[in-house]
Amino acid sequence: MKNGMTRRTLLRNSLIVGCSAAASPLITPVTLAAVPGDNRLVVIILRGAMDGLDVVQPYGDPALAGLRSSIKAGEAGGAHDLDGFFSLHKELGDLLPLWDAGELAFAHAVSTPYRNKRSHFDGQDFLENCGMSSDGTLTDNRDGWLNRMLTLVPGATATTAFSVGRQRMMLLNGEAETSSWSPDSDLDLSPTTQQLLGKLYAQDPLFEDAAQVAFELSAKMDGAMNPAQAARAGALASFAADRLNEETRIAAFSIGGWDTHNNQKTALGRPLRELQAAILTLKERLGSNWDRTTVLAMTEFGRTVRENGSGGTDHGTGGAMFMAGGAVKGGKVHGDWPGLGELDLYQNRDLEPTRDVRAYAAWTLRDMFGMQQAALEDFIFPGLDMGGDPRMLR
Amino acid sequence: MAVSTFILNNRFGYGIRPGAPAASSVAEALAGLTARDPLEKTFRRPSIKERIKLYEEDRKIRRDMRNNVAGAGERRKDFRKKMRMLIAEDRRAFLARASLSDFGFRERLVGFWADNFTVAGKNQQLQLAIGSYVDEAIRPNIAGNFSELLKAVVTHPAMLLYLDQNVSVGPNSPVGKRRERGLNENLAREILELHTMGVEGSYTQDDVRQFAELLTGFGIGKNGFSFDPKRAEPGAETVLGKSYGGERPSADDVFAFLDDLAVHPDTAKHVGRKLAVHFVSETPPQALVDAISAAYRDSKGDLVTTYEAMLTHPASVSPKREKVKQPTEYVISTVRALDVGDVLADSPVRELREGLAIPLMAMGQELFRAPGPDGWSEAGADWITPPALAARIEWATLIAREYGQDVDPRELLRQVLGEDVSNALKVAVAGAESKWEGVALLLVSPEFNRR
Repeated sequence: MKNGMTRRTLLRNSLIVGCSAAASPLITPVTLAAVPGDNRLVVIILRGAMDGLDVVQPYGDPALAGLRSSIKAGEAGGAHDLDGFFSLHKELGDLLPLWDAGELAFAHAVSTPYRNKRSHFDGQDFLENCGMSSDGTLTDNRDGWLNRMLTLVPGATATTAFSVGRQRMMLLNGEAETSSWSPDSDLDLSPTTQQLLGKLYAQDPLFEDAAQVAFELSAKMDGAMNPAQAARAGALASFAADRLNEETRIAAFSIGGWDTHNNQKTALGRPLRELQAAILTLKERLGSNWDRTTVLAMTEFGRTVRENGSGGTDHGTGGAMFMAGGAVKGGKVHGDWPGLGELDLYQNRDLEPTRDVRAYAAWTLRDMFGMQQAALEDFIFPGLDMGGDPRMLR
Repeated sequence: MAVSTFILNNRFGYGIRPGAPAASSVAEALAGLTARDPLEKTFRRPSIKERIKLYEEDRKIRRDMRNNVAGAGERRKDFRKKMRMLIAEDRRAFLARASLSDFGFRERLVGFWADNFTVAGKNQQLQLAIGSYVDEAIRPNIAGNFSELLKAVVTHPAMLLYLDQNVSVGPNSPVGKRRERGLNENLAREILELHTMGVEGSYTQDDVRQFAELLTGFGIGKNGFSFDPKRAEPGAETVLGKSYGGERPSADDVFAFLDDLAVHPDTAKHVGRKLAVHFVSETPPQALVDAISAAYRDSKGDLVTTYEAMLTHPASVSPKREKVKQPTEYVISTVRALDVGDVLADSPVRELREGLAIPLMAMGQELFRAPGPDGWSEAGADWITPPALAARIEWATLIAREYGQDVDPRELLRQVLGEDVSNALKVAVAGAESKWEGVALLLVSPEFNRR
C-alpha cells in the first residue's frame, strides 16, 4: 500500500527545495551554478549480455585458454594487446587509437546486484532501473537511474536528456521530462495542418505534448532515412551527437545482438562493429565537445566462462563495461581481477563480480554533474556503496 | 441497461466498419464469442504439426550445409524465403481477420489472452510457431473455462519453447542423471507470476521450484506436445500447500494442479484486474475490478460470466475514452473505418511490409514481438511519445490520402464515433480543405486514438 508521499518523494523534495538547496548537504553551490553545465554523458545499453571475457580478454590469465576452445583470445584470436594482461577483441581495432590517446578505458568483473536468474528482460530492466535487490526487484516507480538524477538537476528542461531510437528505454523513464526521437521520424505536415492538429489536441495533454515535441524536432531534423538505417548504431550516435552539440547534455540509446549462445567467434563480430561505429561517430561528430564527454556502455550481465556445446556462451554474471570520451582518463582496465581458476568462479560457472557496476556510473555522475554521495547512494542508486574513487575521469 | 453501440464496438471491439453488422447489445457481443465464424476457414493457417515438420526439414538442410552437401546452400536460401513468407502470412491473417470480423469482442479477446499468455517471436523458430499458437491454443478457448485456456497454453509447443520448458529436465530423472541436465524454472515462474496469480500472488520461491519439478516431462515431440516420463522428476511435489503426483510421473498431475490454480482466489483477482485495465482504464475503479473478480470466482472461472460482469458494470460503459489504442488496435480500427480489410487480405506481402509492418514498428509494436513474457504496456504514455505519435500521424495521412478521397469525413465521423466527440473535431473535419484531409484529421484525433 502506498500513500501519496513516498519516502522517495520526500527525499527528492528535500534535495531540490528552492533556495534552501544551497544549504542542503546534497547539492553543492557549484552544482547549482554549473548544471546542466558543459559536460555530456552518453549511456549505451548493450542488450543481450555482452561477453566481457571475449571483448576485453584476460589472455594473461592462465586458466582462460582451457575454458574456451573455439573462442580464442589474445594473439591466437588476432586480438590487440592492451596492457600485457588484457587484449581487445580483433573487431575493435579502430578503437586502439582512442586507447593510446587515453580516451578509452574499461571496468571488468563488474555487475549489478542482480543474481542467479540471469533473465535478459529482468536484467536489462534492473540495469536501467538500478534498484538494490539481488532478485531483480525494481524500485517502486520503475523509473530509470538517469531520470532520477535529472530530477536533481535544477534548470533541466525537456531536451536536456534524449532517448534516441525506437527502443523504449526505462533508463530515461520517470518524473523528469525527457525527449525521445528516432533518426527516421519525420512529420511532414503543412503549417495549417499543424495548427489544426494543435486545436484537436488542445484538450488532451498526452497528445498535445507529444505532438508539440514531434513538430519541433521534425522541423529541425531531416528524417530522410528508413527505419532499418535509423536503427543502426552509427545513425543513433550521429543523432545523439547533434543533440549534444545543442542544448542536450545526456543521450541514451541501445545496441542489441550480444546474446551469443551459438558460434560466438562469428556472432560477436556484428554487435562489436556497431559499438565501435557508435563510439567513433560520437567522437567525430561531437568535435570539441568530445573533450567534455563521457560514454558509458553497459550490459545486463556477462556470460559463462566455459564455452558451451555450440561454440557460444550462456548467461553469466560478471562482465565488462566501456568508458570512452575526452573526459575519460583512459588507457586502463579498472577493477579487481578475481581469476578464472575453478575456485575463483561464481557458482563454478561465471566470472565473479568484484565491484558493483553502479559504482562506476555513480562516480561518473559525481564527476560530470556534481551529484553528491548521499544523493547517489540513497536516491539515484538506492543501496549502493560507492566505494573508493576509481578516478576514471580527468 | 442499454449500452452505446459505439462504446460496445470501440472499447470492446476493434471499431466500427461502416455498413457491416455490429453488436448492439451486451447479449449480442457475448453471443458473438461462440457464433459460427465464416472467417475461420478463410484465414486458416498451417497447424503446429505442419510447422514442426517444416522446422525439421530446415534442420536437415542445415546439417547438409555443415557437411558440405552440394546444393545445400541454395536449398537453405529457398527455404528461408518460404519460412519468411509463411510468417508474413501469419501476421496478415491476424490483422485481416480482425479487420473483417463481425465479432469484434471475440477478436479483441483473442488479442487480450494472447497478450496475457505472451509468446514473443524472438527468433525464427518462435516466429514460425506463433502463427499456430494464437489460433490453436487461444482462440478456441476464450469462451469456456479459464482452466481449459490455461491447459491449452501450457501444452502448446510455442509456449514450451518460448519459456524453455523443452530444455527443462528433472535432475533425478533418468535423462537428468545420465546427461547432467537440469531444471529450468522459467515456465513455472511465469505461469504463476504473469499468467495466473500475478506478481502479488501468494506463492513463494519454493512453490516455483516445486511447480518446475512437477512440470518436468512436458516437452515438444514430432506431433506437438509430448510428455516424456524419462525427463520427469520422480516423486510427488507440493505446490501451494497441496501434493501432486507420486512415484510414476504423469501429465495428469500437472493438469490437476492447473485446474486448482485456475480457481485460486489470487487468479480471480489477477484476471479481474487485467481485464479491467486492458479494456477500460489504466486505473480502473476497484469496484469494477472486484465485480469482475467476484464473477470469475463465483463461477469457478467461467469466462463468459466473467466478461458479462465487466460489460454490465457502469464503470465499463462510461462515455469517457480513457485507454489509448495500442498500435495494432489503431491500425485495425483504421482499416475497418475505411473498410479496406479486403485490400489488406489480398495485397502482396511486400506491400504489406512497407504499408503496415514497418509503420507498426515505427509506432512501437511489431506484431507477435512483445519485448518480454509480460507482454505489451497498458500505459498510454508508452504509446503516445513524440516519435510514436509522429508515426501514427504519418501513416494515417498516407492511408487517408490513398483510401479516403471519396469519403465524406463528416459522415464517417458520425458512423465510427457517433455524436459524442469534441466540437474541435467536428469543426476540423467539416472545415478541412479536402475530403481526405478531413478523414486524416479524424484518424489522428484523440477521440479516434482512444476508446
